[in-house]
Amino acid sequence: MSDTAISTTNLTKRFGDFTAVDHVSFEVKKAEIFGLLGPNGAGKSTAIRMLSTLSIPTEGSATVAGFDVQKEDGKVREHIGLVSEKMIMYDELTARENLKLFGKLYDIPNDVLNKRIDKLLTFVRMEKWADHRIDTFSTGMKQRINVIRALVNQPDILFLDEPTLGLDPQSTAEIRELVRRINIENRTTMVLTTHMMSEADMLCNRIGIMDHGKIVALDTPANLKRSISGNDATLFEFEIPNLDTSIVSSVESLKSVSSVVRDDATHIKVSSVGNDSFDTLVDALRKNGAQIRTVKNLEPTLEDVFLNITGHEVRDGASKTPGPTRRDGPRGWRPSKRVR
Amino acid sequence: MGVRRVLRHSAWICWKDLLEFSRSKLRLVMLLLMPLFMMMMVGFIFPTGNTISHTPVAIANQDVMVNGASLGNGLVAELEAVNNQTGIMDLRVATGFDDIKTMIQGGKVSGGIIVPPTFTSDLLAGKQGNITIMTDQSNPQTSAMIQTVVTKLIEQLGSQAAERNLNQTYNISLQDAPTVLMPYNVQVRGIVPGTPNYFEFVAPGIMSMVVMMSLMTGLPHAISYEKDMGTLDGMLVAPTSRWAIILGKVLAQSTRGMIQGFIILLMAVLLFGVVIHGSILLVILLILLTVFSFVGLGILITSFADKEETATMVMMTLMFPMMFLSGVFFPIQQMPSYMQTLANFLPLTYAASAMRKVMVLGAGVSAITPEVVILGVFGIVLLTVAVPMFKRAMSR
Repeated sequence: MSDTAISTTNLTKRFGDFTAVDHVSFEVKKAEIFGLLGPNGAGKSTAIRMLSTLSIPTEGSATVAGFDVQKEDGKVREHIGLVSEKMIMYDELTARENLKLFGKLYDIPNDVLNKRIDKLLTFVRMEKWADHRIDTFSTGMKQRINVIRALVNQPDILFLDEPTLGLDPQSTAEIRELVRRINIENRTTMVLTTHMMSEADMLCNRIGIMDHGKIVALDTPANLKRSISGNDATLFEFEIPNLDTSIVSSVESLKSVSSVVRDDATHIKVSSVGNDSFDTLVDALRKNGAQIRTVKNLEPTLEDVFLNITGHEVRDGASKTPGPTRRDGPRGWRPSKRVR
Repeated sequence: MGVRRVLRHSAWICWKDLLEFSRSKLRLVMLLLMPLFMMMMVGFIFPTGNTISHTPVAIANQDVMVNGASLGNGLVAELEAVNNQTGIMDLRVATGFDDIKTMIQGGKVSGGIIVPPTFTSDLLAGKQGNITIMTDQSNPQTSAMIQTVVTKLIEQLGSQAAERNLNQTYNISLQDAPTVLMPYNVQVRGIVPGTPNYFEFVAPGIMSMVVMMSLMTGLPHAISYEKDMGTLDGMLVAPTSRWAIILGKVLAQSTRGMIQGFIILLMAVLLFGVVIHGSILLVILLILLTVFSFVGLGILITSFADKEETATMVMMTLMFPMMFLSGVFFPIQQMPSYMQTLANFLPLTYAASAMRKVMVLGAGVSAITPEVVILGVFGIVLLTVAVPMFKRAMSR
């Protein structure tokens, strides 16, 4: 078996005149967490729906777990699990009944299924709640059940469409932890969509940044961030109340410093290279009598990466009004509503 | 994908749907109340035959006495005596046409009887004694009934008078008098014992209708609701045939429809005095056939309607004409001919008619063969159209 869990070639989905996913080609390796990052309407969900056989591609092809999503959709379905943005659960049934129904749709024999359900419930510390109705649960509890529901067939590949959307910070952290545990313990390949840069950064081994139906960048989070700073330079911002020109020039004269920008009367931004560059900087400043009040490490975030690549910020509807920073001009009509 | 696998999956989906349904106490109560209300509504708001009772009717006796005697007074007294026994009318005294007119306009009475001033003199002169019946034209049904009832009553009193005359004038015995007067006698006999009851007419129709409704509303609702909620994706992403999903839903909805159908049957028998003359097995088979003939329609609506709301609107539009044109509540024979033609295109017409023949008239399979064939054909045609539509709708 190859090392590839998913591969797509020119995968495209059109709804009428609107192209939701536009000739997307990428590969996902086995046991990696692959993130599709982008604003709402970028085509992430549509891409996941095509990969999970819920939507038929208009053009192009995709192989999931070694099977073609169109020609061998039945085989694909046996190997995948889906955690959708909308929870796939029946509120009036108990957690166990929900898991049982979906287990039965995978033809899992009773004894195996019952054991597996117990194991999954224990895995998310919900064993005490097994026979309680879903509608008595908090959102966080529901989402835990929703995630293990997708694991009932022990999928090789798990698709997670905005798994933390609408959750409180604590539940969000819990679900992220859960995703990581599933990935490590079961070596499950994960494809995760999110519009939260921090989430992608935290969880994913590799990230494909999507915008307007295209993958505009694809790499590890570290490489993506490095790509905009150009080298391994680090950016610091100092607040110095007694800032003067002599202090600025003393910093500029340092070898490790590549650029210094004086923002206002008390702030400077310094870009420097080297592992001990921070120490050197501070030493130079102190020697010149600078009183350092605060210092910030301005490491580039995925937010900056996205802004740098697409020319607009990751925000709902941001794409409707093209910003002035756009490099390639306005891109024309976009639906204001999500198209799935 | 094996047939057994599809059946197994559909059984689980059906189990899920029924379990979900049974979890709501309100829904279970409604399952019982809906047929009960339906039966009461149709059973009690529609006129049942020509039996009116205690209908207020004004009577104006304007008869003028001749030689100190009034035949009009005698007639009114006899009328009152008969009415006291039957309780059909509540007789009120009035003075004449204008008085009764005011009373009808004021809603105090539903009709009137006028014995004119010349009543006695006409009779004595060898002419017919005229009696006028006044009706309330704003209420045609009650008017028609008062007209029928009062005419019949007066005719009856007239023949009694004639019999007395025959006895006195021609010396014919009172026993023979009716034969001389009315040589023909009519008797009514139904093909099954018992007097006809409106519930017997309406219960089979309602049973068919409830089965239809459970498929036409239940099926699109069940599927488009899950589509809206996103739970349908969970089933679609599993290695389950689309047919298992639709079959599971059909099974669950039919079960619900059949339970309701049987509740109606039980209520009809226990509460409304309906007697079932046909075979219960045939009734059950007919319910299954009705399910089959409407499944396609349910699937078709499901495929068309992308959202639950749309589905509800589409099925409401289709269901109401079906309910009222299919002879469930009113006999088709009473409709104008063009409406009868329309009714012939509705499957519910045949389902209700077959059910009625079996339940009320005790008909066997041979008597309902046309209905069975039409329902079968209807089901097959609709499924042939619906199946590809559904498949397309499921894989957008």
